[in-house]
Amino acid sequence: MPVGVVPSRPLASRVLRQALRVADAVATPYGVDRYVELVRPSWSSTEVRAKVTAVARTTPRSVTLTLRPNGNWTGFCAGQHTQLSVEIDGVRHTRCYSMANCATAGDGLIELSVTAHPQGRVSQQLRRFAEKGQTVGLTSAQGTFTLPETEPGHLLLISGGSGITPVMSMLRTRCALGWENPLTFVHYALTHDDMLYRDELVELARTAPGVRLVRIFTDEPGRGDLDGFLSLQQLDRAAPQWAEAEAFVCGPAPLMDSARDLFARRGRSDHLHTESFTLIPFGAAGPGDGTVQFGVSEIGVASDGRPLLLQAEAAGLAPLSGCRMGICHTCTRQLCAGTVRDAVTGKLTTGPDANIRICVSVPVGDVEIDL
Amino acid sequence: MTTVAQAHGLTAEQLEALAHEFEDLRAEIAAQLGADDVAYIRRLIRIQRWAEVGGRASLFLGFLPPFWLAGAAALSLSKILDNMEIGHNVLHGQYDWTKDPGLSSTQFEWDSSCPAKGWQHYHNYLHHTFTNITEKDRDLGYGVIRISGESDWSPANLGNPLYALGLALIFDWGIMFHDVDLGHVRKGKKPWAEAKLSLKNGLRKSGKLAFRDYVMWPALTGPLFLSTLAADALANVVRNIWSFIIIFCGHFPNGALEFTEEECEGESKGHWYFRQILGSANISGNRLFHIMSGNLSYQIEHHLFPDIPARRYQKIAPQVREICERYGIPYNTGRLSRQFGSVIFKIFRFALPGRSSRATPSQREANQPSELVAA
Repeated sequence: MPVGVVPSRPLASRVLRQALRVADAVATPYGVDRYVELVRPSWSSTEVRAKVTAVARTTPRSVTLTLRPNGNWTGFCAGQHTQLSVEIDGVRHTRCYSMANCATAGDGLIELSVTAHPQGRVSQQLRRFAEKGQTVGLTSAQGTFTLPETEPGHLLLISGGSGITPVMSMLRTRCALGWENPLTFVHYALTHDDMLYRDELVELARTAPGVRLVRIFTDEPGRGDLDGFLSLQQLDRAAPQWAEAEAFVCGPAPLMDSARDLFARRGRSDHLHTESFTLIPFGAAGPGDGTVQFGVSEIGVASDGRPLLLQAEAAGLAPLSGCRMGICHTCTRQLCAGTVRDAVTGKLTTGPDANIRICVSVPVGDVEIDL
Repeated sequence: MTTVAQAHGLTAEQLEALAHEFEDLRAEIAAQLGADDVAYIRRLIRIQRWAEVGGRASLFLGFLPPFWLAGAAALSLSKILDNMEIGHNVLHGQYDWTKDPGLSSTQFEWDSSCPAKGWQHYHNYLHHTFTNITEKDRDLGYGVIRISGESDWSPANLGNPLYALGLALIFDWGIMFHDVDLGHVRKGKKPWAEAKLSLKNGLRKSGKLAFRDYVMWPALTGPLFLSTLAADALANVVRNIWSFIIIFCGHFPNGALEFTEEECEGESKGHWYFRQILGSANISGNRLFHIMSGNLSYQIEHHLFPDIPARRYQKIAPQVREICERYGIPYNTGRLSRQFGSVIFKIFRFALPGRSSRATPSQREANQPSELVAA
């Protein structure tokens, strides 16, 4: 659009805006959302929420959810993820999950497949209790791990375990777009029964042009197409042209590290794209180790083991504070990453999305707060 | 000068032990917080919203007296619940642990003229930290009423009862102006620029609420404009008077003591707990009463644990009372008529010159609390 041209708004949109203004005046101070919520929990004027329309438990450790997001969902690119929120024992927990369905389907639905980790609070909750009709919180699609806009000569998709979800979306979208250049889909699962989408992948390998499927079952040698963990020999056998491919890898840390290593040695790091959602290691460090990142001010300091409020002030920041003893909550900030210990109660809190009172919170290891 | 703690025979070691007991009690409750607490507050929010919707709807038939009364009553209920059991408690951070943005103390806004952030500053921080410290806790008399003999008398205090009545009727705006703190601006203790910002925010918020209640909704009922306006005004006044009564029973009934700045200088955590107990007073009543008072009827428990969900106070009250007994700390509780009766008495008494001596605690204790646990 040329600079300086202001597009005229259609009448319907102007009327709607006026109506919303009246609604706001009438619904002050809460906003219209909080009233509509009484009758339709999934409706919101700003928040993305979704209703679970189907639940499938296709492997012993996973659950696949089909969700219908509300009107605030603006779609996604294949490979992106969302942050899903559920309430467990009164507390809202948020986790990242990648959309696994085709990004161009246009049916308004998204599919998330969650693998239950042994200590995973949210994944276990969903695996056991997720049910049709439930409302969950979401965010708009995020992430730069996406299918390229123009078709590469060769696509190499490598995944391990629950990392299959973003590359599954890429594969489904690639097929829907009618791309036909060679695509190699390498997947590592513990066992055959543990593998998500196994039947659909076999079918796609059989019928879709250019698709080659390589399955490795690390706990069941001999059952898959190859054995063992990612190595140069294995990659040469799985995808002989890998050094000319555009590669996307998503999975556990060792898989990603191996991939990065292999591509770096071949000078192809620029053609390797990675995504991971590993669990943050829990408070192994003692106070006084690690760094404190003040995300908004873009300052980082070495932690001196004192409460974050004092460290922020020492760094020249001036966060709001009150009683400075953990009572009044004036100094509450968001913990974006890392773990803190409450100096009064000893309780550990881990980010992201955790409100902490910085006057009594001592960092344990590296932390980032929104100051 | 004998301090209040000394007068109660409490040593530094005992105060430290007291602190540990309350920390342990707090940890015990905090560990129990879960789905029940969230379900409770959400149920209350639903009741409050439906009461509001019902009240507004009822006023469309406001030409019929029963509907007019029902409308005003429902709106009164909605405002009282929003301000007290919901708003006051959510803004204290009592539900921050849920990570639900709708229950977050940093995001919640309430149906009261004082913007949440401003109120949080002078209530959560100033009032709860400096509870009942003469000259530091501005809630003592709200800057207009001489509520104890600790402050000097001036002829203006003769108007005490009138100020109290006036404040009660417009308490909602009173709270908003309390945050602006023009008194301190006049004395040069607060920069005008800061007060101006509070005033601007306060007027903007109260303007929006006033527009909603006295223009928007009356207009929507068409020919019933005046009838709806009257009902809305009545609901606001009922909320104001009710919250005035409950709040004034929090720290002013007989037996609630004041402390000097000197004796609280560098105060230990144990002394802080001690001051919170002695500066507060409970009101006895049934469960409905406790909900309608936002559990401020458990003012002592609230001041000990301001960020624990208020519905828990009733459960821990026996344990708190038992700890007080063991340490010889009076636990001030009584019926509403007695607690508020003693407050009214004080309002009239201190309209006149004279004071109870600030130097000797024994003279403070001459005003006996209504139902003391034997020390």
